[in-house]
Amino acid sequence: MKQLWLTAKLDIVESLRARWFQVYSLVFGGIVALLFLFGLTESRVLGFIGLSRLLVTYIQLTMAILPIFVLITTVRSVAGDREAGVYEYLLSLPVSLAAWFWGKILGRYLVIFLPVFAAMLLAVAIALVRGIEVPWAMFGYYTALLAVMCACFLGLGMLISALARSTDMAQGAAFVVWLTLLLFLDLILLGVMIQGKVSPELAVSMALANPLQVFRTAALALFDPQLIVLGPSAYVILDMFGATGYKIFALVYPTLLGVAAATLGYQLFKRGDLP
Amino acid sequence: MIRFENVAKSFRKSRVLDAINLEIGAAERVALIGSNGAGKTTLIRCLLGEYAFEGKVTINGRDPRQERTAVLGTIGFVPQLPPPLKMPVAQLIDFSAALCGTDPANIHELARRLGLDLDPILTRPFVKLSGGMKQKLLIAIALGREAKVLIMDEPAANLDPEARKIFFELLAERQDDSTMLISSHRLNEVSALVNRVIEMDLGKVVLDDRVADDVSLSGQFACRIAIKRNEAAFLKAMQTWNFRDTGNGLEWVGVVPGPDRLRFMGMTSRYVALISDFSLAEAEGAGVGAGETVN
Repeated sequence: MKQLWLTAKLDIVESLRARWFQVYSLVFGGIVALLFLFGLTESRVLGFIGLSRLLVTYIQLTMAILPIFVLITTVRSVAGDREAGVYEYLLSLPVSLAAWFWGKILGRYLVIFLPVFAAMLLAVAIALVRGIEVPWAMFGYYTALLAVMCACFLGLGMLISALARSTDMAQGAAFVVWLTLLLFLDLILLGVMIQGKVSPELAVSMALANPLQVFRTAALALFDPQLIVLGPSAYVILDMFGATGYKIFALVYPTLLGVAAATLGYQLFKRGDLP
Repeated sequence: MIRFENVAKSFRKSRVLDAINLEIGAAERVALIGSNGAGKTTLIRCLLGEYAFEGKVTINGRDPRQERTAVLGTIGFVPQLPPPLKMPVAQLIDFSAALCGTDPANIHELARRLGLDLDPILTRPFVKLSGGMKQKLLIAIALGREAKVLIMDEPAANLDPEARKIFFELLAERQDDSTMLISSHRLNEVSALVNRVIEMDLGKVVLDDRVADDVSLSGQFACRIAIKRNEAAFLKAMQTWNFRDTGNGLEWVGVVPGPDRLRFMGMTSRYVALISDFSLAEAEGAGVGAGETVN
């Protein structure tokens, strides 16, 4: 446990000094600041106004940025450290491979989740100061959704880092993974389905297997409980899970996917060449 | 102590280590030499449990891959290229000390002996230190614990003569209870430190030889050099080795650490046309300080 925490602390300090972290924090803090600045809390969409309107927009933007940001920065720093000889030295110290790998994940998780969460807290703080009502239930679920999103893409990033032998290869693979998930979002699947190239059941299953789509649908479900914008596939989703069931699925499935990817990454890491 | 049994390692189709069989006893000081691509670094990484490979490597009967923490807890490692760590010096020391179960004060003390005052640089990122400072710190971390095996890759390459002298003294303090594996491209860099030479080429051991071990790691040589005329480059070289001018720049006296004598003579060979008299004699006892001559 001591080794795990020491490794996590090490990764946190290394990340805090890295430029990507400064950009990352600025991007998410900046999004919230800009949304307030442009008076988004005063506008109304689908009956949403105030902080809930801002949170809906924030999570949509986060979904677009966070996955690729987490994937690229994770593989860059993990594969980059290995290539630069950091692993050769630090793994010559008496630290267990489990403590090293999971400690890195823990440290990195805190580093990627806390700025996103801090931006949410900033939004709440500004709302409280301005006397805007805070939708606490929505805030809680969105926070959980962001926490799960970070875990999911961090796990995928660690798996890619364990597989790739160079930074370039890792970055390329991360980009391809993100692009694939993006290509199989509902709109593209609908297009393919309309052309009759895949069955509706397969298209919906693919959408449900895509963590990006799962997050997107869960975020939509908060302000569109009937998922009208999704069209007929909403019937499948709501029939299968129900509204609450889907909210739970959207938290559990990506978490399991992230943990499974990280576990597979760890198995590959401990069996292969470390530096 | 250390045993390699039929160790082989390939990267894709390239065989980097080919059936290596070696046994290194306790307190042996081994020079691992060979040109680039000979397999030295790969062998070291296998020994550190960092590579998966065919065959078997054990240190005191234990597998460094399977029993990482127990085995690596007894190994001090100095890499050839310092890692580009962004963490502050203080954190690197605390991290290493906590993992190795040693007191950070030991590392501070060793760094101080090597001429590196850590207090002003504790908050500075490791990667921002000069090459010599990084090397001294990594040596201090490796020696600042109860390591039974010291694995060093060109450890003194970035050290100034004074720090090299102290480094040899530090190794001398460990020579009876530590096994040392010192890797280098050139034998003359490490020959005086070791009592066994293993040369590698194309992944195989091509030479395994014992060498004369007449001068101890802490031994010193008193040296006197007379030159025909003043030369700025020679003066600078003499000052680097802490020699004292005893004759208006035409006569220099000083003390050369025993393990560094080959390197010193290599340096003086550049000025052979300038030198009119040269004496180098083993200094008796510890009372010989820099600038003293021995008749």
